[in-house]
Amino acid sequence: MKSLLAQHALLSAPSEQRLVLEDPGSALPFFADKLAESGLPVLHATNLEVLQLNLGRMCNQTCTHCHVDAGPDRKERMSREVMEDCLRALDAHPVHTVDLTGGAPEMHPDFRWFVEQLNEKGCHIIVRCNLTIIRANKKYYDLPEFYRKHKMEVVSSLPFYTADRTDRQRGKGVFEHSIEALKMLNAVGYGLPDSELELNLVYNPAGAFLPGSQDELEKQFKKSLMADHGIQFHKLFAITNLPISRFLEYLVRSEHYAEYMERLVNAFNPAAVQGVMCRNMISVSHDGSIYDCDFNQMLELPLSAGMPHHIRDLAKSNVAGRAIVTGRHCYGCTAGAGSSCGGTVA
Amino acid sequence: MAKKYYDPAGLGKFGNIAEFQKPMADKFFAYYGEVFKEGALTAREKSLIALAVAHGVQCPYCIDAYSTDALEKGCSEAQMMEAVHVAAAMRGGATLVHATQMMDHVKDLTGA
Repeated sequence: MKSLLAQHALLSAPSEQRLVLEDPGSALPFFADKLAESGLPVLHATNLEVLQLNLGRMCNQTCTHCHVDAGPDRKERMSREVMEDCLRALDAHPVHTVDLTGGAPEMHPDFRWFVEQLNEKGCHIIVRCNLTIIRANKKYYDLPEFYRKHKMEVVSSLPFYTADRTDRQRGKGVFEHSIEALKMLNAVGYGLPDSELELNLVYNPAGAFLPGSQDELEKQFKKSLMADHGIQFHKLFAITNLPISRFLEYLVRSEHYAEYMERLVNAFNPAAVQGVMCRNMISVSHDGSIYDCDFNQMLELPLSAGMPHHIRDLAKSNVAGRAIVTGRHCYGCTAGAGSSCGGTVA
Repeated sequence: MAKKYYDPAGLGKFGNIAEFQKPMADKFFAYYGEVFKEGALTAREKSLIALAVAHGVQCPYCIDAYSTDALEKGCSEAQMMEAVHVAAAMRGGATLVHATQMMDHVKDLTGA
């Protein structure tokens, strides 16, 4: 499967996605109006605590619901110069966590160098590992050991505990390779009950429905993965699919868009609003552009007026207290128990 | 008025039954909500039971609603299909067990 960009699909363009989402003719309430109707103030950022860095769009997989439209045909990647800008920003702000994502961040040629620099700064490092990258090529076989050495938290997508549903979303054979990779991570100590080497899995629904109870799903994943494969992990993060990029294209193409958005809006939970991840993070694109979150990055919605637009300017800026840029896609993070890169929020 | 018996949009209008009889609808929905809460059975187990019953009573609205609900609660395709087989086995069994009545009647009439 090719990326939407390689297919020259209309919805590969963020501007086209925004047109669908913010259609003024839609009966769906605008997110800002929903906040007001619920008696909630405009969303504002707290202190900057997390930098989420998208190292590039290249990935060894082409998942059907990828909101990054990543894949083997995507070549964009973060330059060494932008990486150095990120390191300087870390010196200026009390950021405790750096969250590395992509694509497959490990495919970036400077990935290991960058992790070593981050490690020297003493921040907690999360790698969003797709698991199969560990088995994709011999040069990646030592990744579990590399993660261990740098005490990285590994957060890995595994859409379901069965092969058929996982492979439908992530590609044929992905489940089997993911299981092999999880065993390699367990073998170096990741995910074991008393281990400090954190291995957390990400569940996202394999279709146009919302995730159920995170605790209940975690129990099922733990039971099945242990019984069927002898695999252990720490936590399961249940994440809602946001109507962006490939998932948006799927919703529109399959005529599930209106129904899915209605489900998100009907499940709006005011209690989830305060915990959304955009409040304490900045998301950095491969080209150094900065955003309130990964989703705003994909929709190319820059920080609010008066705020910097590039990571090189972040060191000398105060972004705490800024108004968060929102849109109808934000219903994805506020539905039900809420959703973030760390799972539910309410 | 739509010229069909089952309109998918009807599911979203379920709450509208209160329009013609509110007190009973209110009591029904309160009861309904209580039934599906986590209790001695998990919400997931109740979802699978509801899915099986949806097939047993052959309600298209309920089949859509509880297929989605079972997916959201993390049920696998195999679990959902086994639930439907339980409904099928019950319906089949309920038919077949009546054959004993037919057999008794036949034997009675024929003196077998």
